[in-house]
Amino acid sequence: MDILNEISLFLQTSVQMGTHILFAIVGGIICERVGNMNLGIEGMMLMGAAVGFSVACATSNPLLAVLAAGAAGMLGALIYAVVTVTFRGNQVVTGLVLTIFGTGVAGFIGKSVSGNIIPENVTKTFAPYKIPVLSDIPIIGKALFDQSIYVQLAIIIAIAAFFYMKKTKWGLNMRAVGENPAAADASGINVTLYKYVHILMGGFLCGIGGAYLSVVFLTTWQDNVTAGAGWIAVALIIFSTWNPLKAILAAYLFGMLKGLNFKMQGWGIQVSSQLLDMIPYAATVIVLIIITLRKKKEYQPPKSLGNPYFREER
Amino acid sequence: MSEPYIKLENICKSFGTVKANNNVSIDVNKGEILALLGENGSGKSTLVNMLSGIYQPDSGSIYLDGKLVSFKSPKDAIASGIGMVHQHFKLVDVFTAAENIIMGKQKNVFLSKKRMNEQIAQLNEKYGLSVTPDKKVYDMSVSEKQSVEIMKILYRGADVLILDEPTAVLTPQEIDALFDILRKMKAQGCSIIIITHKMAEVLSISDRVTVLRKGECIATVNTAETTPQKLTEMMVGSAVSLEIERPTTTLSEKPLLSVKNLLLKNIDDVPVINDMSFDVYGGEIVGVAGIAGSGQKELCEVIAGLCKANGGDILFDGGSILGLSPHAILKKGISMSFVPEDRLGMGLVAGMSITDNVILKSYNKNPGPFIDKKYAKSLAQQIVKDFDISTPSVNHQVKKLSGGNIQKVLLGREIWLSPRVLITAYPVRGLDIGASYNIYHILNEQKKKGVAVLFIGEDLDVLKSISDRLMVIHNGEIIDIVDPETVTKEDIGLMMLGHKKEEGDAV
Amino acid sequence: MMRIQISKRAGVSRVADTLIRIGAIIASLLLAGAVMAIMGFNPLNIFSKIITSTTSSFSRFSETINKTILLTTLSLGIAVAFRMKFWNIGAEGQLYMGAFGAALAAFGFPELPMPLLLLIMGLFAFIFGGIWAIIPALIKIKFSTSETLVTLMMNYIAIQFISYLQYGPWKDPASLGAAKIARFSDNAILPKVFGIHAGWIITLVLVILTTILLKHTKLGYQIDVLGESETTARYAGMNTVKIMLLAVAISGGLCGMAGFMQASAIEKSITDSMSGGLGFTAIITAWLAKLNPPVMVIVSFAFSMLLQSGKSLQVMGLPSSITEILQGVIIFFVLASEFFINYKISFRKTAKEAK
Repeated sequence: MDILNEISLFLQTSVQMGTHILFAIVGGIICERVGNMNLGIEGMMLMGAAVGFSVACATSNPLLAVLAAGAAGMLGALIYAVVTVTFRGNQVVTGLVLTIFGTGVAGFIGKSVSGNIIPENVTKTFAPYKIPVLSDIPIIGKALFDQSIYVQLAIIIAIAAFFYMKKTKWGLNMRAVGENPAAADASGINVTLYKYVHILMGGFLCGIGGAYLSVVFLTTWQDNVTAGAGWIAVALIIFSTWNPLKAILAAYLFGMLKGLNFKMQGWGIQVSSQLLDMIPYAATVIVLIIITLRKKKEYQPPKSLGNPYFREER
Repeated sequence: MSEPYIKLENICKSFGTVKANNNVSIDVNKGEILALLGENGSGKSTLVNMLSGIYQPDSGSIYLDGKLVSFKSPKDAIASGIGMVHQHFKLVDVFTAAENIIMGKQKNVFLSKKRMNEQIAQLNEKYGLSVTPDKKVYDMSVSEKQSVEIMKILYRGADVLILDEPTAVLTPQEIDALFDILRKMKAQGCSIIIITHKMAEVLSISDRVTVLRKGECIATVNTAETTPQKLTEMMVGSAVSLEIERPTTTLSEKPLLSVKNLLLKNIDDVPVINDMSFDVYGGEIVGVAGIAGSGQKELCEVIAGLCKANGGDILFDGGSILGLSPHAILKKGISMSFVPEDRLGMGLVAGMSITDNVILKSYNKNPGPFIDKKYAKSLAQQIVKDFDISTPSVNHQVKKLSGGNIQKVLLGREIWLSPRVLITAYPVRGLDIGASYNIYHILNEQKKKGVAVLFIGEDLDVLKSISDRLMVIHNGEIIDIVDPETVTKEDIGLMMLGHKKEEGDAV
Repeated sequence: MMRIQISKRAGVSRVADTLIRIGAIIASLLLAGAVMAIMGFNPLNIFSKIITSTTSSFSRFSETINKTILLTTLSLGIAVAFRMKFWNIGAEGQLYMGAFGAALAAFGFPELPMPLLLLIMGLFAFIFGGIWAIIPALIKIKFSTSETLVTLMMNYIAIQFISYLQYGPWKDPASLGAAKIARFSDNAILPKVFGIHAGWIITLVLVILTTILLKHTKLGYQIDVLGESETTARYAGMNTVKIMLLAVAISGGLCGMAGFMQASAIEKSITDSMSGGLGFTAIITAWLAKLNPPVMVIVSFAFSMLLQSGKSLQVMGLPSSITEILQGVIIFFVLASEFFINYKISFRKTAKEAK
């Protein structure tokens, strides 16, 4: 039983370590599904982390903190949307600038709150809690049902995003926009509106993903708290082939990899943690090659990804 | 008869200096199929694009059910019940038929497969369509995609359907199936406008025919009361005598370009060039007449080595050039210039200057890694001078030139290569008379120099006047190669529509 | 009723183009200044600090130039690929692999005479950077996989690889606890010329060479044609695969050279954070310079001032992150301003009013 317990504890940690990434991947998927590649995920996460942290410290209100973090991410996404959708700026460059900008904003805000710690009221709300019976399920019980509500929120959002995309009319329309904006336009879908709404939704999720790190995971402010998580998310968006359900898997696999890193150090196994850190990126390249090789159209990137849409009025 | 359901009155529309539509009027009743017939550039597409909201007319009015309407976008037209099936389908590849049909128009928040399938089954039944709701678009044949487009329009409640050359890409069986659907829709009270080139189809499907020529409405006749001969006559107009010289030359002994049983298939495995065989001798111009999309572009590309033939052979001066790289073919002295509809396409680099464009095929002539800028500049200046290209400077971007000047840059470059075989497609597309004559003169000069010229054209009068021999193609096949001096325009017109002269009315 | 109509345009005159861009920068500075003022800072004070803190003394100026060297060389590399519309966003990784190549040479032949050793290091850096860029190009040619995503991933693989070396096999035992790679031998370090490391000469030479490559050579011409349209390139008889591989190799090689100079002159070794993320910043500078090599020098210098002033602002008690925010605001404005260069906006009456 010890081994089982060990595994379930390991999975519990892994899930915690993949949560901020999960928010970011799902946010990124929603954004890319309308045809916009946003390399500003890192920036939006940082803005969310800083704003969420400050609001949590200032108000001790957990809900307000989460919403503020989301709003901060959304603000970043709004800038991105204005530049890329309305002004048809280059998506790659705009995303990169958003990351720089977000880092700056987070650094600026973070300076005034560094040294603070998250009030107890907030940590309590986000502390892991056991769901009776379910949390006793062997192996996965702890991972899913002995967790912070924030962690569960990530899973719920990922599942909800999947259903939204696959089962609702808005999901259908937004996918049409990303695949073939001209066809969507001809079908009476407001391409610009759909792009804006979903880019903003994506920014919201990236924002609360960042806040998970600062508010729940670390509970203190640390500069550059995301430490490249936004870039991992960009990779794992591809790894999950733009599917939010697979994003859950991708994020937690990543968490496990991180967890394994610590574990092996504990066990005294000599494996370079740097090489382990390389795995998500290498795996993503391989997945990219495989999906292009398999030619299964459902797994390809949204067709209009990266291209601005412009209907010439004559 | 009561007031027609749709009426377009005195529509005028110009693009730049070109009058695409001049005082055109058509009308369609409920439960009626109107065919629009006309050569390329006669203004058919422009006209229906105004009805479907893509263009707005410069003047003239559109009435729907007696009321004056104006459409600012396709959305407005759809809202009024007018839908158009374009030649290029606007469908999302990874979606199923059902998803494509309902997208943007679904009322319920949640998608229900059952409900979608029911709705589609209903429409299938009502109009005799056979759309499989679960099938992905990327798995569909062209005709299936077309059915999805049609159903998409019907799903949006349209009762006016415009089809732009719907049969161009279909097999005869598929065409029959499509016509059955159209007849069913007609029986349900829909108004249908169909654009087509094919005479047999006009006769079999339409109630009335409106013939357009050079942007003007020639006549509207009841299909039952007309004949293919009469329609062709209206379509091509009476013969105009053009004063294009046809210099006599001595032909080369052997053909310079020889195409033998050429076969080329598109990605859907449908032959686009089917068993073509012809020769072009040095010192002659062989004209090619045919309706757009009969295989002209493919013929150019396969000779230039840009796509691989599926069978047959192409010989240059006796040796096969099949399988050679475009570079090798170019070096042998075969030059191809294709002027596509947008005039730029593959022949020119729109964003580059005249200088950079004229050296596109000869930049590699000098040894060493550097571009010979002096040569480039003098070549550009020479071509600008020789071909009378009006431009502020040779460093001017090509896309900023006018259409005629763009074409002169293209043709000028090709001719400066002193090719032995010159293939030119639509070199006078969109040019005014003066500029066109200039180009005819240039081609004749080449012919006098002993170049084998393959001239793919649109205007039958021109083709008749300039060609030494005239090849008429239809659907990727050569219908006949005729003597342009003795053949009549009507005969050419019929051959372009697939009628072989000797075989009378065969399709 | 008036209706806004937007249409593509062929381009504007060079003067208008420049005016629009300058206008965007002024507008962004005004906005940034207004925000600073609201936050209680004196914007003029900050702007002047940014300029003086990076140019007022020779040591500060040379720091700024060090960054300019790195940014310019990386921008050159990126531009070669971008001209071909090959979206190489892997400059970061190519820099690290270039530095790795240089380090291989430096550690392999530490006793070689300086000029020879530096030459070999530069060559290695070029080759390693080039190879790192060719991999995604081959993947694109072979599997038609998007190069944007692959080059992005290759960055992190390269960084993790250097990190692995730093914490693993190449860890310098002499550095005691700290994970550091050993210092290069003195022969492997770029000498100073007029007080600034010789990289500035290399960079200027590379600017000239890249300008010649892009504007005067057949390859440059081919790159431009291929970038405009692959069909046209094939129609003109060009070997598109060969051109792409060559251009991408040069692109990666130039980024590798940046890695060599940073390793040799600044770090005097290699580290897993030696780029400071400039491989990404260079994408921005290359884009803002419209892929025009000489302009890149100016844009890179301006950027380096912004980057460099962060530290000085901090010393003066101002948050250093202001410079990052400022960068963001300026570039957002410039990116948006390109819209007015590429599109024409006109107002026209709706059809209803027209007779």
